Amino acid sequence: MSLKKVHKDQPSDFNFNKKNLEQVDIILKRYPKKNKKSAVMPLLYLAQRQNNNWIPLAAMKYIGKLLSMPYISVYEVATFYTMYNLAPVGKHFIQVCTTTPCLIRGADKLVKLCKEKISPNENELSKKGDCSWVEVECLGACVNAPMMQINDNYYEDLDEKSTIEILNSLIKDKPLKPGSYRGRKSTSPEKIKSTNGEQHA
Amino acid sequence: MPKIIINDKEIEFEKGMTVLQACELADVEIPRFCYHEKLSIAGNCRMCLVEMEKSGKPIASCAMPAAEGMNIKTNTSFVEKARKGVMEFLLANHPLDCPVCDQGGECDLQDQSLYYGVDKSRFVENKRFVKEKYMGPLIKTQMTRCIHCTRCVRFATEVAGVPEIGAIGRGENMEITTYLEKSMESELSANVIDLCPVGALTSKPYAFEARPWELKKTESIDVMDAVGSNIRVDTYNWEVKRVLPRLNNEINEEWISDKSRYSCDGLLKQRLDVPYIKKNNKLQKSNWDEALDLMISKIKETNPNEIAGHLGDMIGLENALAFKKLFEKFNSQNLELREKKFYINTNEKMNYIFNSSIQGIEESDLILLIGANPRHEATMINARIRKAFVKNSLPVFSIGNPGDLTYNYTIIGNSTKDISKLINKESNFSKKLLSSKKPIIIIGESALGLKSGKYIFESIKKFLNDNSFISKDWNALNILTQNASTVGLIDLKVLPNKNDYSFFDKLNDGKFKFLYLLGSDNLEFKKNKEFIVYQGSHGDRGAEIADIVLPNAAYTEQNALYENLEGRIQECRKASYPIGESKEDWKIFNLILKKLDKKNDTFKFESLRKEVFEKVLNFTNINDLPERKLVKEVEESSKFINEEITINPLDYYYSNSISRASKTMSECRQISKKVKKTG
Repeated sequence: MSLKKVHKDQPSDFNFNKKNLEQVDIILKRYPKKNKKSAVMPLLYLAQRQNNNWIPLAAMKYIGKLLSMPYISVYEVATFYTMYNLAPVGKHFIQVCTTTPCLIRGADKLVKLCKEKISPNENELSKKGDCSWVEVECLGACVNAPMMQINDNYYEDLDEKSTIEILNSLIKDKPLKPGSYRGRKSTSPEKIKSTNGEQHA
Repeated sequence: MPKIIINDKEIEFEKGMTVLQACELADVEIPRFCYHEKLSIAGNCRMCLVEMEKSGKPIASCAMPAAEGMNIKTNTSFVEKARKGVMEFLLANHPLDCPVCDQGGECDLQDQSLYYGVDKSRFVENKRFVKEKYMGPLIKTQMTRCIHCTRCVRFATEVAGVPEIGAIGRGENMEITTYLEKSMESELSANVIDLCPVGALTSKPYAFEARPWELKKTESIDVMDAVGSNIRVDTYNWEVKRVLPRLNNEINEEWISDKSRYSCDGLLKQRLDVPYIKKNNKLQKSNWDEALDLMISKIKETNPNEIAGHLGDMIGLENALAFKKLFEKFNSQNLELREKKFYINTNEKMNYIFNSSIQGIEESDLILLIGANPRHEATMINARIRKAFVKNSLPVFSIGNPGDLTYNYTIIGNSTKDISKLINKESNFSKKLLSSKKPIIIIGESALGLKSGKYIFESIKKFLNDNSFISKDWNALNILTQNASTVGLIDLKVLPNKNDYSFFDKLNDGKFKFLYLLGSDNLEFKKNKEFIVYQGSHGDRGAEIADIVLPNAAYTEQNALYENLEGRIQECRKASYPIGESKEDWKIFNLILKKLDKKNDTFKFESLRKEVFEKVLNFTNINDLPERKLVKEVEESSKFINEEITINPLDYYYSNSISRASKTMSECRQISKKVKKTG
């Protein structure tokens, strides 16, 4: 992880769309009026959702004005948290978990495949421009290690073969189904009878 | 009072103090980087660790509130080991470049590593590197040296009121920067250089100029504005290398404005070193004899009524007194100290000073600005108002629009009508004012310069007096003068008649034949056929129009007294020498007197100073506030004129001859103009 840098090409303008403005009202209601800056994190997330999964500077300014807080404070928050993207990411945004449990179970192979299939470096768009990948810290699915998150979905229990299939499907823009790739049902035990007597693969 | 035990010694402390403050009471020095008395507590450097009984871990004394019965130890091996550990981490990424670092010799990290540093590094990893950041023309950055104490961030947000510096990223990648590396838009920005405990933020104009131990340090007074900030002038040989603030809680606390700090390079440029005489419409080098002979002959052939003198913005009291006496010898009474017409009532001292005092701002519960922009006219006062605004949520109101003042204020109007409503108790604001206990009303020169200046001043004074806001304990009437010399010169009765614009009228009508400008560059007039003698330090506006130029010493080159806008007399001390053939003003007057065959009347500095102390009204002590007196008489206020109150913009970075000669100031001016244009 290195310091996140803002993207060179920035849109000049950013405004929340109508649907998100309604969301803003709902979010602001959660906090006392004098502490409306507390809404900075949900609003940044909202902006990221609206703007193809990354936050432009214009959005930070917009949020700064909306919450009457200095631009630098919004900027500080946006650079602090790793899950805010400050540069464009692919339509299929792959986050490979490389924290210890996943790494023991072979996450380095996943990273290697991402480098081969998508782009040689992290945070780089693929040739076609619709995929990018990044190494992340624990995503909380250690039981199903190794795993990766693609946009909002978890792809679990991966090995080299299944990863190649998934990555190929992303490049073709026809993503495969999320979930366990060894046929497990969520995090249930493998090859052992579950408590209700069912046998799993 | 509660008691605390520090190193087996029991001491009393005030409630609300931290352990670190209590330790200071016990004369125990605690090393620190992030803690600063004038800033909020961050507690992130961990250097101030101390041992507390019943606590397994060492505690950060800056952030721990002191409590009854605490047993603190600061000199045990446990504490030393903890501090050594902290220091080792701080140095893990700090470059070993002290020999090329400008902070060397006055660096907190350098000093403290002498006591807590480990002589060998246990780290084999590479040190991190951080790119330099642009922070404007005054601040040089070397961010690899930063130890993330966040003093600069807290200063910008809390004191300067321009939240533009922040810490981005996290962990090892944390970096201090301004928003998108823009220059800091504050008149106090360079104070972060003093605050920085390491060499991350250093002075750009002073880069690689000198080492602190080579400099001669002179404690002096700033004359760039009327506040009279306390400064220390550092000189290398005769050259002024830098100006630093001196702690004075009654005036400038620990800060000074950028103009006070960085105008000093103007002391080396465009200096007048020999007398000049205008020949064939061109100023040509001359000598004292020739120049003074020509001047005397002109004086002798001019009718005394047609001789006039103007005193500039940075004239010391002794020199002004000598100038006044010199004019008595000329039999002339045409003296003026104002640069523009504005109303001054010279009957009583309270009529032209800042009566509530700068420290009084913190006690106040309401401030009303009338035609004043304290941010540019008196930066340190603005900083104090901001402090009160943040600390006591002091409500600030304004008549006239001064623009961004770094704190929120309410504009209650922009014409003299609003003043008449206020004093006739017709507006809602009058109620607020009357119900406040210690209000402050600040009247700026822009308001006094209006046609209704007399009305504004006299009616407000009457209003305050009638409602007992002028008493021995509190005086709500405040005048914000802009020049270092104004208040003192009024005290010396340089103005012959109390409220009289005759000087300006005569000047504009071309009735003067001989005009003696004593360091005045900001006097705006159209030159007719006057013979002009300019006595000043810089080849500026005054020298341009002069027929004779006499070089004098700048404020760092002579001892002089100045009276600040509160009426506080302070001493400006000689740090350097007058350059070339230039002389102190009173010595030049002595030369003139000798030429006039009045050798017996020559001035002596000591007797001039003694006389100044006698002449200054309500004088108590040097460096102290004047005595507070009650209103003697109330002047009949003049007729009401309906006028708009606009605030004359002050070209902040270019307001006097020294700052106009300074390269640093012109850079600042260009950048601030650019920022204003682009927003």
